[in-house]
Amino acid sequence: MTDPAMNETTGSTAPLLEVNDLQVHFHTDNGVVRAVDGVSFHVDAGETVGIVGESGSGKSVTALSIIRLLEEPSRIAGGEIVFRGDNVLAMDKERIRSLRGGEVAMVFQDPMTSLNPVIRVARQLVEALLVHRRITPKAARGRAVGLLGRMGITAPDRAIDNFPHEFSGGMRQRVMLAMGFGNEPSLLIADEPTTALDVTIQAQILDLLKELNSDFGTAVLMISHDLGVIANVCSRIIVMYGGEVVEEGSIEELLSDPRHPYTWALINAVPRLDRDPGADRRLTTIEGTPPDALDMPKGCRFAPRCPFRIARCDEHPSLERIGPRRSTRCWVTQAGEPLPRREEHAARAAPSPVDPASRQLPADGAAPLLEVRGLVKHFPLRRQGFFGPQEVIHAVDGVDLAVGQGETVGLVGESGCGKSTLARLITRIHNPTAGKILFEGTDIAQRSRAEMRPLRRRMQMIFQDPFASLNPRMTVGDILAEPIRFHGLAQGRAVNERVQELLALVGLNPRAAGSYPHEFSGGQRQRIGTARALAVDPQLIVADEPISSLDVNIQAQVINLFLDLQQRLGLTFLFIAHDLAVVRHISDRIVVLYLGKVMETAPAATLFEEPLHPYSVSLISAVPIPDVEAERSRRRILLEGDPPSAIHPPSGCRFRTRCPIAREICAAEMPPLQEHRPGHFAACHFPGGMGEWR
Amino acid sequence: MSALAATRTPAQGVGETPPVDGQRKLRRQLRRYWLAVLGAILVLAWIIIAIIAPYIAPYPYDQIDLTQRLLPPSAEHWLGTDMLGRDVFSRLLVGSRISLLAGFSVVLIGAVVGTLVGGIAAYAGGRIEELMMRLTDLVLCFPPIILAMAIAAALGIGATNTVIAMLVVWWPKFARLARSLVIVQRNQEYVEAAVTIGYGPGRILLRHILPNSMGPMVVLVTLDVGQAILTFSGLSFLGLGVIPPVPEWGAMVAEGRELIQQWWVAAFPGFAILTVVMGFNFLGDGVRDWLDPRSRTR
Repeated sequence: MTDPAMNETTGSTAPLLEVNDLQVHFHTDNGVVRAVDGVSFHVDAGETVGIVGESGSGKSVTALSIIRLLEEPSRIAGGEIVFRGDNVLAMDKERIRSLRGGEVAMVFQDPMTSLNPVIRVARQLVEALLVHRRITPKAARGRAVGLLGRMGITAPDRAIDNFPHEFSGGMRQRVMLAMGFGNEPSLLIADEPTTALDVTIQAQILDLLKELNSDFGTAVLMISHDLGVIANVCSRIIVMYGGEVVEEGSIEELLSDPRHPYTWALINAVPRLDRDPGADRRLTTIEGTPPDALDMPKGCRFAPRCPFRIARCDEHPSLERIGPRRSTRCWVTQAGEPLPRREEHAARAAPSPVDPASRQLPADGAAPLLEVRGLVKHFPLRRQGFFGPQEVIHAVDGVDLAVGQGETVGLVGESGCGKSTLARLITRIHNPTAGKILFEGTDIAQRSRAEMRPLRRRMQMIFQDPFASLNPRMTVGDILAEPIRFHGLAQGRAVNERVQELLALVGLNPRAAGSYPHEFSGGQRQRIGTARALAVDPQLIVADEPISSLDVNIQAQVINLFLDLQQRLGLTFLFIAHDLAVVRHISDRIVVLYLGKVMETAPAATLFEEPLHPYSVSLISAVPIPDVEAERSRRRILLEGDPPSAIHPPSGCRFRTRCPIAREICAAEMPPLQEHRPGHFAACHFPGGMGEWR
Repeated sequence: MSALAATRTPAQGVGETPPVDGQRKLRRQLRRYWLAVLGAILVLAWIIIAIIAPYIAPYPYDQIDLTQRLLPPSAEHWLGTDMLGRDVFSRLLVGSRISLLAGFSVVLIGAVVGTLVGGIAAYAGGRIEELMMRLTDLVLCFPPIILAMAIAAALGIGATNTVIAMLVVWWPKFARLARSLVIVQRNQEYVEAAVTIGYGPGRILLRHILPNSMGPMVVLVTLDVGQAILTFSGLSFLGLGVIPPVPEWGAMVAEGRELIQQWWVAAFPGFAILTVVMGFNFLGDGVRDWLDPRSRTR
């Protein structure tokens, strides 16, 4: 692939898109929010540019402004947006419509909502083509089929007559791309295009984006919170914070030598898939939360959280050029000084409050705290007609797993593999169809609600969505006090003392007890959810994707909290996540799940260094790493298609339909989960058969 | 959109929201909700009238004076007199009591019954849900007014019986709404969290789910009081509501329906019904807008 950015002629031609001093304001009941405050950048023809930043940094608003898709109460208050020499802000409605979907294509995060669910894909595609060009509907249909094929949809002539709900998320994103590319746009704006997708599907879409860029010469402006994703596609990065651009530079330079402390923190707060976390698993974090958009700090907006702050940071720095194609908004690095490497910084920072070596792992042969044997959960589907067959979703289909006292076991797999169901079976929110759940040696799988009650306080759960997991009508104090009173752990004033203690334990201000959940940010709410789980003094905590909806830096804070709590309270964790890097970082052992079955179980480091199951190998290779050097030496295995349906799972090995090394025996026989090395189990007929692929 | 989500909770954590120009905010709110404010004023006015009616009515509502029959509005009888020479204004004021009382009791009792039926059905699921919801559908199969008429006629004339008859047809819509609201909440993670703590289904439903389903319920209740008053008046109009001489607006309209010349006998009670129903409708619309965050950010 030739890098289009290399062919760029410096300065002689005008850039494709130029944004100058853009100001976007939101008029809210509480005042004016400057969501985008003086943002300037450009995109050259054929270039791939990424915008990174956490939620609220103004990155999506910037993208929407480019084709004037902003809705009330937001208004573009100043600046200019020039596309191919035309001022977008001065265009009339007619012209802006021909721009949208014509010269500029957009792909959004949620492929569920960006297609009309009641119209066949064919008509939506044809319509988009007819609006912008004079061709017959028949020709348009032919072109639409061709486009779908180009976007990697198999049998496009049949697929085109489907409704959007018949497509998976990744397929819908391909349809969106087909719609966008029908009119040969010169710019593609992709706003978190892969955030809602699984890693293996994400890898497919990212590859497609790179291909489209090199084959059609379409410039790509990609918005994401994930540096790895951006690094995978883009050649230049713009980092946004608090509505401003804080750093800009080529991907190589920016990742290896960040010149703004926020970029530095973004790079170092992310656990790395390719690095052994070592004994101290704590992540580098920056304190605090993003600035309040209604009340921005006067000086540098990052200064209140910055570990490298100097006296001059009370003044607001401007974006200064510090090299060819590089600029930063930081007093420290504008003076020419690089930021320290992570290790140097860690050495200077305060050591972890608890000695990491003091952690006690269970001895071999000790009885596990939790053991799951042959656990099955089938969800019956509504019958199709009165005499229709009773179909079931095989959500969890014979899972074996053990969690030792004080251990952290990571459970990974793509959406639909049954990991959340498994969590809800173990905590007995759902009733298992068959199998055993042994908690401290007693089977709780078929216990009644009343029999479960005394056990409830020994195993608790932390949930995925910090917004849905707290009752919005109860104060934080009530949320924490209710379980304490319910289980009779304290009475009278002691309850309040315990609530205060819990809040302090999870790093929240004790005054928080009087507030309602909506007054807190996502990360703080996840701390409240953690405090609620700890309120009853449990031994086992099942955490179902507890950090997946948080920004990277907040993720790091929450991970550190979990690690601290585990050391201080001797907790046992079953940690469910789809983010492999995070799982590697905090787990002792990892269980890989696919379509309701365990594919592989191994100690964390072993799984990543010597995976035996082809699915584990592909899963690991699909994760983008925010490091250009490391990415070059990796080989990516692209899995074809989507996971099959859990209603009719494939015969034999579940993974065989997507497995690059599947043979006849795989369709005939289900491989058993066998121990191939001490502690390393895999369910494959050809374990390690992907060796030469890596 | 991430940025929008961030602005919706502008104060990160336990902080004070920045000071706002209170007066300006109030004026903006008033402009947005002026219809609701008008509705609230109408409703409030009628409630006050209902409470103090016996003390401010110029004549006893049942004072018959056949020499004063069908007098047009004058200084003595502000809204004229009816066929039996009773003062229309006094009867109108006192009539507000029965109308409002009937409207509120039908809707509130109906809402409580319906919420419990729908809530239990949705949370329990399975056979219980099937049974309870088919019962609801059964009631909804009948034309409501006609069913209420039949029941009221069977029970005998009288305000209490009419209210009971209306209740029978009134609760199902609340049951349906409550069921759909509880189904939305049932799968929320905070409910699962409550299960993992060990709470029983009653506690989860009453303490966790129902308080979070109340928003749309409140809207329906407010909009519905006007509707219930209208229906009650309708039944009275048909002769099923109150026992004479108790004044009731629907019955008063019925009395005046053949008196074309003496328009005041039917027009003023009709106007009273109009204002009170309109008041509740405006108020209900306002409450709905206010509870809907999408119309609120603007």
